[in-house]
Amino acid sequence: MSEQISHHIPDAIMAAYVAGNLPRPFALVVASHVSMCDECRANLLAHQAAGGAVLEGMAEEKLSGGMRDRVMGALDDAIDVEPEPASRQGIYPGPVVDALSGKPPKWKKLGGGVRQCILDMGNEGSARLLYIPAGRPVPEHSHGGLELTMVLQGGFSDSTGHFDVGDVEVATDDLEHVPMADEGEDCICLAATDAPLRFSAFVPRILQPFFAI
Amino acid sequence: METVEKARHVATKADQKAYSEQTLWMLAIRDNRDKRAFGLLFDHFAPRLKGFVIRAGAPAGQAEDIVQDVMLSVWRKAHLYDPERAQVSSWIYQVARNRQIDIIRKEGRPMPEALKAEAEETEPDAGQVLALEQETDVLRDALDRLNPDQRDMIEKAYLGELTHSDIAEATGLPLGTIKSRIRLGLERLRHELKDLR
Repeated sequence: MSEQISHHIPDAIMAAYVAGNLPRPFALVVASHVSMCDECRANLLAHQAAGGAVLEGMAEEKLSGGMRDRVMGALDDAIDVEPEPASRQGIYPGPVVDALSGKPPKWKKLGGGVRQCILDMGNEGSARLLYIPAGRPVPEHSHGGLELTMVLQGGFSDSTGHFDVGDVEVATDDLEHVPMADEGEDCICLAATDAPLRFSAFVPRILQPFFAI
Repeated sequence: METVEKARHVATKADQKAYSEQTLWMLAIRDNRDKRAFGLLFDHFAPRLKGFVIRAGAPAGQAEDIVQDVMLSVWRKAHLYDPERAQVSSWIYQVARNRQIDIIRKEGRPMPEALKAEAEETEPDAGQVLALEQETDVLRDALDRLNPDQRDMIEKAYLGELTHSDIAEATGLPLGTIKSRIRLGLERLRHELKDLR
């Protein structure tokens, strides 16, 4: 499945994901990519092993009396079973299915045939699905910091290369890029950014041909 | 074919004796719900976990609650442990980070799709398990040999104190070999999953 994937998650981002310190929108992209890419799943597990080495080397702290008995006594307690991560549905990897609560995306038109579906928005940034008709440019956009874009269907190209299903483009604010969707199949991407999203400013701007994503 | 399978099975049983104590405890917990083994695992990891969650910013008063929560998660999620892909300390590390974050944020974070568990149906490949244990030891030695500043940075990174932009591309830990080893395990698993279908 992962043979064709050629653009992966960088190490620093993977380490932050494993340590639980990656903003949620990016964590959604990493989890989605890892679901499709064994190369990065192996890298994730390697970083977990590094975390395990750190844990193993920690100075021990004395436990208070009775704690061990409390834990041993709770082993048979009935508990709610946590839901397992969702499985893939069509082109959508499990983490996206979870973000969509198992429902199909509700697309909002942005003009020019481009559509989006916001999955996550908060202080940490935003994650959305983007739908770009085949052969059309991705609308011009700026992002304050990091932007991760993962292809779920079709593909796109920009000055940095070509991105196919499963590939992740890592763009920083100094990259000016005009991605162009491949001819043929319409392109669907999962895009995450840590730029503070000014939603009130965002709404009127979507009426213009150029808008902030 | 049958004889080969049998021979492989016997060899596997013999090799399992070479597993580390931790791996044997965790397998006994997973497969037999062995409370004695859990007690031994608790005695090894709980004091380290307490040190770990305090370093990761938990108030001293809450630290034991988190450790308790993590250790109970280890017991309850034991069916997800797979010694071909993660050594015990790696697995417990991830359980601990996930629980600590869930407790702070009160919301789950995006998790990759699970690889379909086939543990009950196939014996683990003892060679793979042992090789992964060895690679984990190598990693631990590498961490011990770092100078104090480098080591501190790596501890901070895996304790969740550094952002992705703070973490340098190269952390100084040699992860390439263990990654290749895990990759082999994943390939084997994919192959088995294909056969099961």
